[in-house]
Amino acid sequence: MPPTENTPSPHNDTAPAIEFRDVEKRFGTTTVLENLNFTVAPGERVTLIGPSGSGKTTILRLVMTLEELTGGYIYIDGMPLTFEERDGKRVELPKKTTREMTTRIGMVFQQFNLFPNMTVLENIIEAPIHVLKKSKETAVADARSLLERVGLSEKADEHPTRLSGGQQQRVAIARALAMSPEILLLDEVTSALDPELVGDVLAVLRDIAETTDITMLLVTHEMQFAREVSDRVMMFDSGRVLEEGPPDLIFNDPSHERTRSFLSSVL
Amino acid sequence: MWNWEFAAEALPILLRGFVNTLIATVVGTIIAAILGLILAIAIRGLPRWINWVVRLFVAFVRNTPLVVQLVFVYTAFSEIPGLVDIPALVVGSGVIGVHYATYMSESYRAGIDAVPPGQREAAIALSLPPVRTFTAVILPQALRATIPSLGNYAVAMFKDTPFLFALSVVELVTSAQQFGASKFAYTEAFTLAGLIFLAASYPTSLLIQRLERRLATY
Repeated sequence: MPPTENTPSPHNDTAPAIEFRDVEKRFGTTTVLENLNFTVAPGERVTLIGPSGSGKTTILRLVMTLEELTGGYIYIDGMPLTFEERDGKRVELPKKTTREMTTRIGMVFQQFNLFPNMTVLENIIEAPIHVLKKSKETAVADARSLLERVGLSEKADEHPTRLSGGQQQRVAIARALAMSPEILLLDEVTSALDPELVGDVLAVLRDIAETTDITMLLVTHEMQFAREVSDRVMMFDSGRVLEEGPPDLIFNDPSHERTRSFLSSVL
Repeated sequence: MWNWEFAAEALPILLRGFVNTLIATVVGTIIAAILGLILAIAIRGLPRWINWVVRLFVAFVRNTPLVVQLVFVYTAFSEIPGLVDIPALVVGSGVIGVHYATYMSESYRAGIDAVPPGQREAAIALSLPPVRTFTAVILPQALRATIPSLGNYAVAMFKDTPFLFALSVVELVTSAQQFGASKFAYTEAFTLAGLIFLAASYPTSLLIQRLERRLATY
């Protein structure tokens, strides 16, 4: 990856899918991220690893605009997400502009966060109809083919609470994909699952990784999975990138002792 | 001593009064349900000065007796040309509804707060606009927690309707009082009035319990 320059990104196809520029995130007086610069190329799969509290999940939440960016800038496809630099000043974008930007981004949560008041099908068609303005027929047809893809065709009319954790998470993945995101954020998507249900969810994600060119940014403790799907692994420690590289290099021959001890604790 | 003749005579009169009781309860419940939600939303999301005005209004209504509010509003209305002819029952039902709306708003607020933050986050991740997030995701889940207390407030309103006597609305209790006075048959009149109340409110509370159980599972 080329070093990030402090110039506006070009608004074209060569722009990175995600760019963090001088990102700082504070919660009250606690600084979680500081001076963070990195880019993710279109179609690239990047796994964030590191001890808990190292800021990995915060990075995903900043991209999804679930947390307020307290300093710096995030660009999606070269365009500012929440703040932009105007005449040397940091200016917040209108909420509507930010919401248009987030339609390019999908997220799957550790706790699934399906809407319990809707059926599985209604969960999936909600945003395509009300955000992408798809017709109901199109949205339903797309939802059904997504459900087939995650192996849950027969669960369309169930309420999410009647499904197992693994099934709920596959619905959540289908719901995120229904928005045809360019970027998919996966936040410890198997951490809340019983061990025997993890496999189905990972199989679905592997399929998506193999058959689409969606940019993926993932936080996971499934190191074997990370090794299989990632193009690059970034090791975080205390809000900084300790080291990064292809999975084989990071997993087999890390250059930092900190990475080594972290990996030996999770592998 | 119990007199069956008086009782038979009292029953139709009491039932006529009961119609007013029902009207006041139903109208009051509808107003409390709608205005309560509006107050809950106003307290949450609107500019600070509106928030402040709403809080003051809620505090005022909750901390003064219903009877005082009934008489005050009715008297105030009768001073305003054009509003003079509004029937006491309508004014009374409205005041009861507004009174309970200030309590309902708290139930709505609690229901809205009880929706897990992950629901809002999922809505943001799907880029749902805020209004759609509220109406399709937050409110339906909040209502599940709120509807049972709306039922309980409806029963409470039902039992507060005798205060309408202050506006000379002849509802169940007042009609019992009048009948009792005219025939000196208080025992018959009030026993029947109590039974009518019980016959109406007990099935209602059973219905609310059932509703509560049904709402507890999706």
